Amino acid sequence: MTLFDNYWIHFAIFVIIILTFVMGMVMGFIYIERRGLGRFQIRLGPNRVGPFGVLQPVADAIKVLIKEDIIPAKGDKWVFWLAPVVAFVPVLMIFAVVPFQSGALLADLNIGILYVVAVSSLAAVGVFMAGWSSNNKYSLIGAMRDVAQLLSYEIPLVLSIVGVVLIAGSLSMTKIVEAQSIPFILLQPLGFLIFFVGALAEINRTPFDLVEADSEIVAGFHIEYSGMKFAMFYLVEYCEALAMSAIITTLFLGGWKGPLLPPFLWFLIKVVGVFFLFFWIRSTIPRLRIDQVMAFAWKCLLPLALLNLLITAIQVLVLGEALPWVIVPVNLAIMAVLVVLWSKFFKLGGGRVAV
Amino acid sequence: MTVALSGKEIAAKLQQRFPGTIVESSESSLVVKSESLLDIASFLKTSPDLDFDYLTAITAVDYYAYFEVVYQLTSLKHNHSLVVKTHCYGRDTPVLPSVVSLWRGADFQEREIYDLMGIRFDGHPNMKRIFLWAGFKGHPLRKDFSNGD
Amino acid sequence: MAIKTEPFVINIGPQHPSTHGVFRMRTTLDGEVVVDMEPVFGYLHRGIEKLAEGRTYTQNIPFTDRLDYLASMSNNLAYVLAVEKLAGVPVPQRAEYLRVIMAELQRIASHLIGVGAFLNDCGAFMTPILYMIREREKILDLFEMVCGQRLTYNYMRVGGVSQDIPEEFLPALAKFVKVMPGFIDEYDQLLAENEIVLARAKGVGILPKELAINISASGPVLRASGVQWDIRKADPYSVYDRFEFDIPTGSVGDCYDRYRVRIQEMRQSVRIIKQAMEQLPSGEVLTEVPLRLRPPEGEAYGHIEAPKGELGFYLVSDNSETPYRFHIRASCLINLTALCDMMIGWKVADAIITFGSIDICMGEVDR
Repeated sequence: MTLFDNYWIHFAIFVIIILTFVMGMVMGFIYIERRGLGRFQIRLGPNRVGPFGVLQPVADAIKVLIKEDIIPAKGDKWVFWLAPVVAFVPVLMIFAVVPFQSGALLADLNIGILYVVAVSSLAAVGVFMAGWSSNNKYSLIGAMRDVAQLLSYEIPLVLSIVGVVLIAGSLSMTKIVEAQSIPFILLQPLGFLIFFVGALAEINRTPFDLVEADSEIVAGFHIEYSGMKFAMFYLVEYCEALAMSAIITTLFLGGWKGPLLPPFLWFLIKVVGVFFLFFWIRSTIPRLRIDQVMAFAWKCLLPLALLNLLITAIQVLVLGEALPWVIVPVNLAIMAVLVVLWSKFFKLGGGRVAV
Repeated sequence: MTVALSGKEIAAKLQQRFPGTIVESSESSLVVKSESLLDIASFLKTSPDLDFDYLTAITAVDYYAYFEVVYQLTSLKHNHSLVVKTHCYGRDTPVLPSVVSLWRGADFQEREIYDLMGIRFDGHPNMKRIFLWAGFKGHPLRKDFSNGD
Repeated sequence: MAIKTEPFVINIGPQHPSTHGVFRMRTTLDGEVVVDMEPVFGYLHRGIEKLAEGRTYTQNIPFTDRLDYLASMSNNLAYVLAVEKLAGVPVPQRAEYLRVIMAELQRIASHLIGVGAFLNDCGAFMTPILYMIREREKILDLFEMVCGQRLTYNYMRVGGVSQDIPEEFLPALAKFVKVMPGFIDEYDQLLAENEIVLARAKGVGILPKELAINISASGPVLRASGVQWDIRKADPYSVYDRFEFDIPTGSVGDCYDRYRVRIQEMRQSVRIIKQAMEQLPSGEVLTEVPLRLRPPEGEAYGHIEAPKGELGFYLVSDNSETPYRFHIRASCLINLTALCDMMIGWKVADAIITFGSIDICMGEVDR
């Protein structure tokens, strides 16, 4: 047994790797998003601080850290103090099972993806604690909206994951990646779509960012936060985006697999590619209203997820776990038919309530 | 071109239906008594060949002896306009009937006249100050308003 | 077991990213549904009407700039039209055409911000409004060429305009007029048929036709409800009767209709500018008028079709240098009369969009 086989040394090394990776990537994501959004909006984006504005996130972090820490007088002080922690810790815990490379992860749980689903739901508690303890009506509205949205979108998310698990035959993240001789995005196109939309809703991004809609409820649940606590919520948003990108890469895009380049680099490229999709959508599409968001989750995504599960189960039953290439166009066709069918019959609802 | 109806002709028409209500009339406008304002306004709005369904503006002017409230009326269908005025006496508590029941567009404009000139409108659903705060003393657009300094 | 709920009162504004200025709405919410709404005005009340009574007619022109500060040229035009009616001052032909060109350019600039702010309220995170600001910058550059200012122009005078256009103005204007229709098509393509914009704005905040006429609405708000009333056609002022243009109207009067009407009005404005450029005569641009003008005793009401509605000035003169009464018929204030009706029964998000689609500017509401 070498030194590196010792469980605690392995644990310590990977904790350091994960923390550096997360912090570094989050800084990078903040920078990429701001420059990318700027280019989409025909402007430059930050380019003053450091060469090409690369030190902008550092400047932002310093600015946020030296701000006054304001606590609302009538708010619930302990809950107010705990809320960012409760929101941030579960998101960091997700990275414990994300495989950077074959065998390179903190804990190779054999229930990997189940652990991820369970832990990521805890962030909702932190958000609601923040909204309630601020003693502010705007933040209460934002928190209520957020909890409703997070809970509604968990279900289609989990169902689309089950489709992947059926094909891979295991809940463990490394085994899911290893089972992807054909990337699952081709075998499960409908599942990918549902998971992607669900992920957008889980991380409160446009078009589901009504939780913190700047133009309606002025920052929603973190309206009263300033200083380090606000920095933690800001980090939560980008860490969740990073976590979801990493999970999408692992589940659908083949994780670290790819020719030529070292596996870790492929992982990074795919994660950044998914994040690019996230902020491309942010800069283009307006946001939905809360009742439309709920209607979309329950009336559109949930039936589609169930159908996807049914079809995948039938395919696995008939053809065994190693699905052949011919299934790919079949699945794409099924996805196209179902999406077109649903968009014809699906009404977003809403309308005037008699008062 | 919006035809500006002659005050004299309309006054003659009104004199037949509402005798004794016209104070004076000229080419550009006519002045009616404040008590009969609502009846005349309602006739102007509902009569088919006059059909003044659009209230363009209400203004108040402070001539020291009286307040003059000016109603600019327009008919969208016939494309003609008319100016109706009324005088309001007394500087302590001047009162006029409100035309909100006929034209809802008068809502905020009458509140503004109350706020800045001090003329109350009977029958207005929400007679409160609109621009200045509730405890403000005085009515600034009056000619004898002084700021206290 | 029924859960006990109670409605709560929330203040939207006065400091809020979406109230287009300082405007406060005391809304009573039952969950997410707006049950009651009370608008509170006066945060930008500067007493312009009283201040104007102490200054000469020409000194009042900068005041009018600051009414609807996103459409200063139109405000100037309405005021000088009223004074010219009062004092009987003729205007040279070249000045009339220049006024029309400036007013229509201003209409495009104002609608760009109006539509952009509406889409920003819908949630499109600044991308549409930044695209529209790119075009607005071109218009502001044109205005800077003419009068040196980018926001409050003070360009019109009683009896004409303050100075003639420089040589580089007409070629720059020709270039702008050539590319603008392409950009308007671009805005149309980007978001007009977008599922989410349709879902958010169609059928929301409906202002029925009879109610629109009854509350004296004007401008795009009135036309989107189906009433064909545009002062440029109904009561032409300046030289508008020499141009050919259409009046876009909506049918239902919802937020989507108001948004479409504004986009199409921009197209018609480009058409008018093209015709005005062709017909532009030469000559002087300002009739000699005494600096301290003393109009004869009397009164006048001059109105124009400003980008946000019918802007009118009611002036009473007592043959002195300063006006006896200076009243502004503020279209934005009157357009807000039915705001409560349009919002009740809808959700908070719809309330914000409805308010944004009326496109008001608090400088004109509060004066």
